Amino acid sequence: MADISSDFLGIKSPNPFWLASAPPTDKKLNVLRAFEAGWGGVVWKTLGSQVKNVSSRYSAVDYHGSRVMGFNNIELISDRPLDINLREIREVLKEFPDRAMIVSLMADNDRESWHELIKKVEDTGAHGLELNFGCPHGMTERGMGAAVGQDPEIARMVVEWVMEVATIPVITKLTPNVHSVVPTGLASVLGGTNALSLINTIQSVTGVDLDSFVPNPNVGGKSAFGGYCGPAVKPIALKFLTTIAQNEITRRVPISGIGGVSTWKDAVEFMLLGASNVQVCTAAMKHGFRIVEDMIEGLNYWMDDKGFKKLDDFIGKSVPTMSNWEDLDINYHIVANINQDKCVHCGLCYIACEDTSHQSIALDYGKPYNKYTIKEEECVGCNLCKLVCPVDNCITMVEQRKAPEYMNWKDFQRLGMPLNDH
Amino acid sequence: MSITNYRLTTEQYAENFSDIHPPFENLTAALVEANRCIFCYDAPCMKSCPTSINVPKFIKQIATENIKGSAHTIFSSNIMGGGCSKVCPVEKLCEGACVYNLMEEEPIQIARLQRYSTEKAIQEKWPLFTRKPSNGKRVAVVGAGPAGLSCAHVLSREGIDVTIYEKEAKGGGLMTYGIAAYKVTPEFCEDEVQYILSLGGIEIKYNQELGKDISLAELQSQYDAVYLGIGVGLARQLAIPGEELDGVVDAISFIYDIRSKGYNQVKVGDKVAVIGMGMTAIDAATQAKRLGAKEVTMLYRRTQAEMPCTQVELDIAMLDGCKIVWLATPKEVLGADGKVKQLVCSITTLGEPDASGRRSPVDTGETITLEVDMVIKAAGQMPFEKLVAENVLENKYGKIVTDSQGVTSIAGVFAGGDCVNGGKEVVDAVQAGKDGATGILDFLGL
Repeated sequence: MADISSDFLGIKSPNPFWLASAPPTDKKLNVLRAFEAGWGGVVWKTLGSQVKNVSSRYSAVDYHGSRVMGFNNIELISDRPLDINLREIREVLKEFPDRAMIVSLMADNDRESWHELIKKVEDTGAHGLELNFGCPHGMTERGMGAAVGQDPEIARMVVEWVMEVATIPVITKLTPNVHSVVPTGLASVLGGTNALSLINTIQSVTGVDLDSFVPNPNVGGKSAFGGYCGPAVKPIALKFLTTIAQNEITRRVPISGIGGVSTWKDAVEFMLLGASNVQVCTAAMKHGFRIVEDMIEGLNYWMDDKGFKKLDDFIGKSVPTMSNWEDLDINYHIVANINQDKCVHCGLCYIACEDTSHQSIALDYGKPYNKYTIKEEECVGCNLCKLVCPVDNCITMVEQRKAPEYMNWKDFQRLGMPLNDH
Repeated sequence: MSITNYRLTTEQYAENFSDIHPPFENLTAALVEANRCIFCYDAPCMKSCPTSINVPKFIKQIATENIKGSAHTIFSSNIMGGGCSKVCPVEKLCEGACVYNLMEEEPIQIARLQRYSTEKAIQEKWPLFTRKPSNGKRVAVVGAGPAGLSCAHVLSREGIDVTIYEKEAKGGGLMTYGIAAYKVTPEFCEDEVQYILSLGGIEIKYNQELGKDISLAELQSQYDAVYLGIGVGLARQLAIPGEELDGVVDAISFIYDIRSKGYNQVKVGDKVAVIGMGMTAIDAATQAKRLGAKEVTMLYRRTQAEMPCTQVELDIAMLDGCKIVWLATPKEVLGADGKVKQLVCSITTLGEPDASGRRSPVDTGETITLEVDMVIKAAGQMPFEKLVAENVLENKYGKIVTDSQGVTSIAGVFAGGDCVNGGKEVVDAVQAGKDGATGILDFLGL
C-alpha cells in the first residue's frame, strides 16, 4: 500500500484528511469520535470573540432527489467559553497525540486580543493555528471574518500581529467572497503566514419557502445571508485553489484545500491542483465521521493503481496543465461518436444538440426506438451530448485534428485565418 | 367435491383481494422513483402508450412536486389514466419500452407513478378541466365503458351535451365488471366515473340497453350524432359435449359476479379448470384460487410462446399456485347428476401457422382427464353480431367496421373500442373514444 501520511508544515497526520473548523470540531466529544473514526486531524472550531448563536442555523439545496447538494449556515464561531475549549483541546491532544490539532482563531480586531488568544491556545500544545478571515456572516458586521479577508491590507496587518507571537505554524484561511483570492493570499504570505487554506463559505441564499415566503433558514420569520458549502461549491473552490497554486508567491507556501470535499476522488482533485491536504465538513455533517474510511481506502487504491508511493508524488501535478484560453490549440478538434451497441435511444443527446448546440445529431424515426447518429461535419466537439448521455462510454469524443501543427488564437489572428461563416 | 361460496373468512377474502400493485405510500417514495426517470426525448414509453400519454413530462412534474400538472398531463391524453395505471399490461406497453430495459435495469415504475398523481386527483376531486359553453349540439353515446366515457369527455369539453346510455347499473364497463378485483376495486371504478362526470355536460342513463330499451333509430332521430361503445360481451362457446352441465361457467360472468356481488357470494369449485390463456383467463384462474378453490388448472391449446397473456400475468397465476397445462384442448365435460365431474382434453401438438401467425394446434388423438367440479371458459369473447347486423352496420364477423376516426357505414353513427377491435385493452378503448370524438367534431363542423 502507498504511504498516505501527511506532513503539513511539520504537522504530521496519518492521512491528509482533516475536519474543517466547524460544528463537527467544536468540542471534545465530537473530536474524539472523529479521531476514533480515523480522521487525520481537526481544525478546532473558531475561538475568539464571545458570541451567541441563533436557531435555526442551517439550510440546504437538494437536487434531483439528492439531499444537501449545497449547504448553508448562519452559525457563528464557537459560543462556548474559551477556557472549556482550551481544556478540552488539551485533553484530546493527550488521547490522540498522533493526530493534527489545529485551532481556528478569530480575535477581536486589535493586536492585544490576538496576542492574548494565541498565547492561550499555544499553551494547550496545539500543533498549529488557522486564522479565520473568511466567515461571511455575523462576524463581518463586527469587522471580523470575511471583512478582514476581503481587504488585503487589513489581512496583512493581522497576519503580522499573529506572526509577532506565534511559535507554531500559522495557516491563513481565505474567503471566496472576493473577485480573486490572490490579493489577500499574497498579502498574507507577505505578512508571514506559513500556509494558506481555502475556501471558506460563499455568501448565499439557499432558497425561499414557498408557503411562508421566508428565505431559508428561517429564524422566527426572518432570515440572513449564510455561508454556502458542500458539493455545489467544489468547482468554485478548485478554481480559487488553482489561482493560489499558480501564483509565483502564494504557491511557495503549502495549501490546505477546502470546499465540497466529500470523497477520496474530490480530495485527489484538490491535491492534483496544489493542495497538500484537504479539510472536510459538509460531507461529515451529512453522513457522520465514518466517511473517512472510504476516503482512506480509496486514496490508497488509487495511488497504488497510479504507482504513487507518497502524497508528494502527485500534489500539484495538474497545475501546469491549467492554461490560459488564448494559449489553447485551435487545431485540436474532436467529434462525437455514438456507440450504437450501447445506445439506449433516450434522445437526450439529440434534443440537447438540436435545441441548444449545433444541430449535429441526426434522428431516424423508429417505433418505439429512434436511431441517433452524429453529423460529423456539423459537430464542433463541445462535449454536450457526451455529458448528457446516461450511458457510460456510449458517446466518445474522437480526435480529428484540423491541422497537424499547434496554433493558438493569437497565431490565428496574426495569420488572418478565416472566422466561421455561419 | 362441490361448488360453494363462503369458503373463506372476511379477513381472508380481504387479504386475497388486496391491491396487487400497492401505491407509493408518500411523496418521498414517489420522488425517489420519479427522479430515476431520465426524461427521454421522443420517449419510447410515450410512443408505446396507445393514448400517447406524455410520460416523461408527467413524471418530471411529480419530481417538481407539480402533482396537479402531472395529473392534468395524464388525463389530457387518457381520462381513465387512473384506472389504466392499475390495469394496463404495462410490461408490454410503456414500461416494456423504458430505456432502462436496454441497460438491463428495472424500468421506471410508470404505472405506479401515474397512479400516484391520478389517484390524488380523483380522491381530492381536482377540477383540472373546464368545458366550453354549451353549443346546443347533442350526442348520444351507447355504453359507459372506457370508449364511451373517453369520447363523452372530449365532446363535453368542446361544449357538446352528451347523454350516455348504459345497460348496467354502473359505469366503467369492463373496468368495473371485467377485471380482477385485486387490480382495481369497484369503489375506485365508481370514483373514476364520477370524476369524469364532474366535468359536467355528461348525463348517464343507466339500465338502458341498445336493442332492448332503446334503438339506434331513436337515438339517430333525437341526437346530432351517435357513438357506439358497446364492447363485446358474449363468451365464446366451447361447442363440446357436456358444456351445459352445472358447473360450467364463462369467465366473463364469473368475474362479473365477483365484481358485483361480494366475494363470499360467489361460488367456486374445489377443483377448477380454466380454459384459455388470455388476460381474462388469468383473472378468472387467480380469482378462483383467491376465492378458496383448492386446485386450479389452466389449459391452453398452444404453448407458452403463443400465449396471449403477458409473462407478468402468467407469473401471477403461477405464484397463486395455479397449475398450467400446455398443449391441451377441451374435448368433453363428463358429469353425474347434471354436475361436472371430469374434463377430458385432447393433447395437441403445434402445426402450421394460422391466420394470426401463431402455429395452430393439431389433435394428437391422445387425451388426458382431469377430475374437476368446475370449468371456467375463457376462450375469448364474441362481438354482438346480431345487434350489429340488425342495425345494418357494416361489420366483419360482428366487429363494426370504421375508419380511424370511428366513422361507420351509417352517416352520423360512430363506433370504437372492443365492438370495433374485437377486444383489446382499456387503454386502446380510451384512445378509440378520443378518435371517435374527433370524428364526431369533424362531422358536426366544430
